[in-house]
Amino acid sequence: MAVDLSRRSVIPYGPQHPVLPEPIHLDLVIEDEKVVEAIPSIGFIHRGLEGLAMKKDFNDMQYVIERICGICSFMHGMGYCEALEGIFEVEVPDRAKFLRTIWCEMSRIHSHLLWLGLLADGFGFESLFYQAWRIREKILDMAELTTGGRLIASVNKIGGVLKDIDDDMTKAILKNIGEIEEELKQIEKTFLLDYTVQSRLKGVGVLTKEQIHELGGVGPVARASGVNVDLRKRGYAAYKYLDFEPVTSNDGDCYARCNVRLHEVYQSIDLIRQAIAKLPEDRTLAVPVKGNPDGECFVRLEQSRGEAVYYAKATGGKFLDRMRIRTPTFANIPSLCEMLKGATLSDVGLLVITIDPCISCTER
Amino acid sequence: MAKLMRFVPTVLKNLFSPPVTTSYPAEPAVYPERSRGHITIDIDDCISCGMCVRCCPPGCLAVSKQEYTWTINRFDCIACGNCVERCPKKCLHMVPGYQEPMGAKTEEVFRKSEEAIQAEIEKKRIQAEKAAAAKAAMEAKKKAEAEAKAKAEAEAKAEAEPKAKTEAEPAAAETKA
Repeated sequence: MAVDLSRRSVIPYGPQHPVLPEPIHLDLVIEDEKVVEAIPSIGFIHRGLEGLAMKKDFNDMQYVIERICGICSFMHGMGYCEALEGIFEVEVPDRAKFLRTIWCEMSRIHSHLLWLGLLADGFGFESLFYQAWRIREKILDMAELTTGGRLIASVNKIGGVLKDIDDDMTKAILKNIGEIEEELKQIEKTFLLDYTVQSRLKGVGVLTKEQIHELGGVGPVARASGVNVDLRKRGYAAYKYLDFEPVTSNDGDCYARCNVRLHEVYQSIDLIRQAIAKLPEDRTLAVPVKGNPDGECFVRLEQSRGEAVYYAKATGGKFLDRMRIRTPTFANIPSLCEMLKGATLSDVGLLVITIDPCISCTER
Repeated sequence: MAKLMRFVPTVLKNLFSPPVTTSYPAEPAVYPERSRGHITIDIDDCISCGMCVRCCPPGCLAVSKQEYTWTINRFDCIACGNCVERCPKKCLHMVPGYQEPMGAKTEEVFRKSEEAIQAEIEKKRIQAEKAAAAKAAMEAKKKAEAEAKAKAEAEAKAEAEPKAKTEAEPAAAETKA
């Protein structure tokens, strides 16, 4: 097919762009108004945190790893600790497992609510954006009450957790997640049934199940295309004691991604309730870990954005030999480039938002 | 039409409800007890071991044993609480209240009170005396041991002399008794 080069032009998109919370650069090759190809380039905020793991004591590194990203903070710290616990071959106390699960789900709720707000902002519904973030504030208050930080928890430790959630706190959490559920039900109608919102989301950026398999999409993006994959089913932390089924949709468009994430918030609320009900009485929070790590471990977690992989290798020294983190956004960038093909320029911002890009995670 | 009016109930509710934000600083900000705001130190309990300095991820702490100080650069501190966790004397505390904005990145220096310094000097003096005494005792012991050894050697030498003489000695002792 002959390509009319005179009609093609390249538009640089990002790293500074109003719709982008973090810097990613896309070279959009467009023909008229349609995107023909998107070429991503990343690396604007590389901080070399994996390299730092080889220069810092493995115990102190936990606090650095969880500062990779402000949104997935807790799960980054937890992934690192699980990897090191794997090397040391220690079993975390049951209560610590349940507490980790509760904090994981709390961070998933605030991440998804943040995304819902950004999505509303992406399609130009400013008041809906503020409604989503208003609800999010409640879960952040609970995070501050239980961990001491709104986003950065700093409660993980190799071998367990540092802080306990007492009865008053569980009551406050239950009360707050009840309110979140009620308020979200009210704005859910706008997200899913509003005519204008539907006109922006339905049928935009469709990815089929086969494409997801081919491109290696993860998390809600994969689940929205009908791939039933949820790493929580692996049963790490206390997920093996909880009853849940991954939320999936078969449409594979932006609407399906919104739908999946909205229902995952309800699922997380349910999981927190289950975890609090099953919280073990034994208040041991951590097991002591002695000596230096020797060996390697590979851990997979389901973060709010999808599957994250942690690999740690040590050879008996105080510092790790190698630390590697594969984050969900990195895995979703090929899917993003595929869904951008054929989209109009006005939809690009929205499509970038729908993979829930977290560039700080990606570039570490 | 119903499709377009989904957001109306939320808007109406919003119009007739008070704002969710607090009018800080007119209203004080309320922090929970666990809030990781900033680090304080009970400086007189500090033993200047330097554990906090070694475990600090951003390296914002400094300890001087000679000057009896503990220094923190609050602008570098990430309030992770690792030092609080590791302090062997538990004299570091994480308290609510975030770092106030300032014109320049200054370091905050905590110096021990004069009494604490005097007490520490006194303690050091006593320890030094004890150590000196222990050293002297050790030396005396060594000397005694060396003497005993020399004596034993001399005795062994004596033993090697004619048997008759050694046998005669106990006999003489008996007669004395």
